[in-house]
Amino acid sequence: MDTDQLIRSLAADNARRAPRVGAVLTMALLVAAPLSILIFATFLGVRADVMSAMRNPFFDMKFAVTLSLAIPAIIVSLHLSRPEALLRGWGWLLLLPVGLLAVAIGSEAMLAPAMPMTMRLMGKNSRTCLMAIPAMSLPLLAGALFGLRHGAPSNPALAGALAGLVSAGLAATLYASHCTDDSPLFVATWYTLATAVVTAIGAAVGSRVLRY
Amino acid sequence: MRGREDEWTGLMRSAMAGDDAAYHRLLKAVTPVLRAAARRGLARAGQPPDQAEDIVQEILLAVHLKRHTWDSEAPFAPWLFAIGRNKLIDALRRRGKRVFVNIDDFAETLPGEAPQETASAGEVAAQLGTLPQRQRDVLQSIAVEAASIKDTAAKFSMSEGAVRVALHRGLAALTAKLRDH
Repeated sequence: MDTDQLIRSLAADNARRAPRVGAVLTMALLVAAPLSILIFATFLGVRADVMSAMRNPFFDMKFAVTLSLAIPAIIVSLHLSRPEALLRGWGWLLLLPVGLLAVAIGSEAMLAPAMPMTMRLMGKNSRTCLMAIPAMSLPLLAGALFGLRHGAPSNPALAGALAGLVSAGLAATLYASHCTDDSPLFVATWYTLATAVVTAIGAAVGSRVLRY
Repeated sequence: MRGREDEWTGLMRSAMAGDDAAYHRLLKAVTPVLRAAARRGLARAGQPPDQAEDIVQEILLAVHLKRHTWDSEAPFAPWLFAIGRNKLIDALRRRGKRVFVNIDDFAETLPGEAPQETASAGEVAAQLGTLPQRQRDVLQSIAVEAASIKDTAAKFSMSEGAVRVALHRGLAALTAKLRDH
């Protein structure tokens, strides 16, 4: 087939309209979310003292941190789904949770906390955290990768890593309502480790499936 | 250069609004520029220029299937050249070449470059043969025989909707095969 002939067939297909990447990503995440919620409801559940925990600003802070990861990651991943897009100028959005955590760690240190630092950091749930966040991330990661396949990222591994951050941020939001460790030191250590695992998986899978 | 790129952006806007003729004109207009850039990129990698047409066709298919990622407020050329660069890098990698794609291969086209005649490429033609019969028939009819969707539908006693679906699926399948082979 010569190129003029190919062009003729492309022009004949012009009526076909594809939805925007954002719409497909949203749908895919909405389809995947019930699976992650099912894992949450089956194995974890909301912590028993949630009503009193909500009066603890460090409990609330966990959600601020996880959502400040998930939402910017969605925004940046949609930006990067355009072929000419660069991370430059957008990457700082991904530092929001880091900044929030730094502020939280600082405020906790100034409040003369009840427990010593190592106990706050180690907590009681580190192992659960390391398993639960990646497990709940997997359906969401699959959804995010499916949604981003609709785009045309110039760096598939980077886009996959962003999909990992999206899914880990959302899964960590669920997990935060289960976990009784509220210290920002715990969050900075174990949530970060769990997120790193999911991000690495996302980058590895993305480098294969996000090529267009 | 500037004027040319503004013209492309205008044509793409019309195309996205449903003007098939504008879309056809746009793809014809960008093809010689893509071809020249692909040749330059191949030459830089020490590759024979005869593979350029395969790369051009891959770029055109990607442009078509990913055009919803173009922001109609943004200029068209940077978007187009980003896809071109990506496909050139892919093609060189597949041939096991260390890739040094010069950013400017696509961004700058030497003025006065003669637009070349259309050329055949081996890979699309080869992959065409692996498509399901119906998709191949429809593609052949529309591309090679220049039949309209309506005439193609009559020829194969299909509905026009079914022709459109087969055409789109065929193009998507071709793109996937070129990417993964």
